[in-house]
Amino acid sequence: MAPMAERSPLVTYALRLGDDALVLSHRLGEWVTNAPQLEEDVALGNIALDLLGQARTLLAYAGEVEAVGRGEDDLAYLRDERDFRNVHLVELGNGDFAVSMARQLAFSTYQLALYERLQSSTDETLAAVAAKAVKEVDYHRDHATQWVLRLGDGTDESHRRMQAGLARVWPFVDELFGSDDIEQSLVAEGVAVDSSTLRPGWDDYVDGVLAEATLERHEGLRTPPGGGRRGIHTEAMGYLLAEMQSLHRAHPGATW
Amino acid sequence: MSTPDLTAAGGHGAVPVEGVPAGHRSETPASRTDWPLWEVFVRSRRGLNHQHVGSLHAPDAAMALRNARDVYTRRSEGVSLWVVPAAAIVASSPDEKDSFFDPAADKAYRHPTFYEIPPEVQHL
Repeated sequence: MAPMAERSPLVTYALRLGDDALVLSHRLGEWVTNAPQLEEDVALGNIALDLLGQARTLLAYAGEVEAVGRGEDDLAYLRDERDFRNVHLVELGNGDFAVSMARQLAFSTYQLALYERLQSSTDETLAAVAAKAVKEVDYHRDHATQWVLRLGDGTDESHRRMQAGLARVWPFVDELFGSDDIEQSLVAEGVAVDSSTLRPGWDDYVDGVLAEATLERHEGLRTPPGGGRRGIHTEAMGYLLAEMQSLHRAHPGATW
Repeated sequence: MSTPDLTAAGGHGAVPVEGVPAGHRSETPASRTDWPLWEVFVRSRRGLNHQHVGSLHAPDAAMALRNARDVYTRRSEGVSLWVVPAAAIVASSPDEKDSFFDPAADKAYRHPTFYEIPPEVQHL
């Protein structure tokens, strides 16, 4: 395996995007059979599979650019926690349904803005991934929006839990918009999107949803330092990987 | 608000079944057990008509449409969707089956099979 230092910025960038999608896909998969209704099982399963599809393409591309012989499965199942580049928001435990919908609204709003811009990347593969994914993510954001509206502007109990869900995810929002040297070097080449520029659009959309849902922002909560983009993760990540990777590690190359 | 006397079966046949809440938005909040039932109609890419494909539960019309998209069109089955509150469907009763449908069984003359079709008529 290539040490971190040898990786090109493009490999790291593709891993960041791919790992976000992969890890959130796994979290959403955990809802299947546990959602409030069978219909919601299917809806969240569909979103998870959309994200998994994005992750596969992005990880395969990272492996191709890295050119040390690692494919999508190697990158998904055989990397250790410190080699994952996803933000903390996506590894956050599902919590109750409102927490998951708050997380989905936050992430999909960010991801949609990102992919809309990434469609014009000078990197053809990233542009193609974004162009395909943007329609999928538009639906993901809509799904989360519908639920946040209904739970926020629903009963006293649903309002309380939706507000609590927002409080749970809010501290992890800032990390989505944290740019760094690796990203900036690619921004200069027209390959990557400067994630710090996505914040105003995110605020506009989310504020609009929250206002309609009679919910409030959670400013002033302590924001953890982040670090997911550098491989520093929360406690939840180890458990997630243990479950996601155990089968492949126990039975290398297993297929069905 | 009292629950109106509405029942309907989901899925395939719209036969009234006791105790299935359908298409009624109550003033009290919906819980996982009393989301109303919606019948789903899909227009496929090829066809001209929306066709009944099944049913689902959803808290309201907007979510019903989205659930229908996820449950019934995820394999590219359609390009247009209708959702209809199951309670809005008036179904024939199994009790009336004899008087409704049996009389048509022996009216062969209602089928246009006694005409000789001119050879120049195509695609009939």
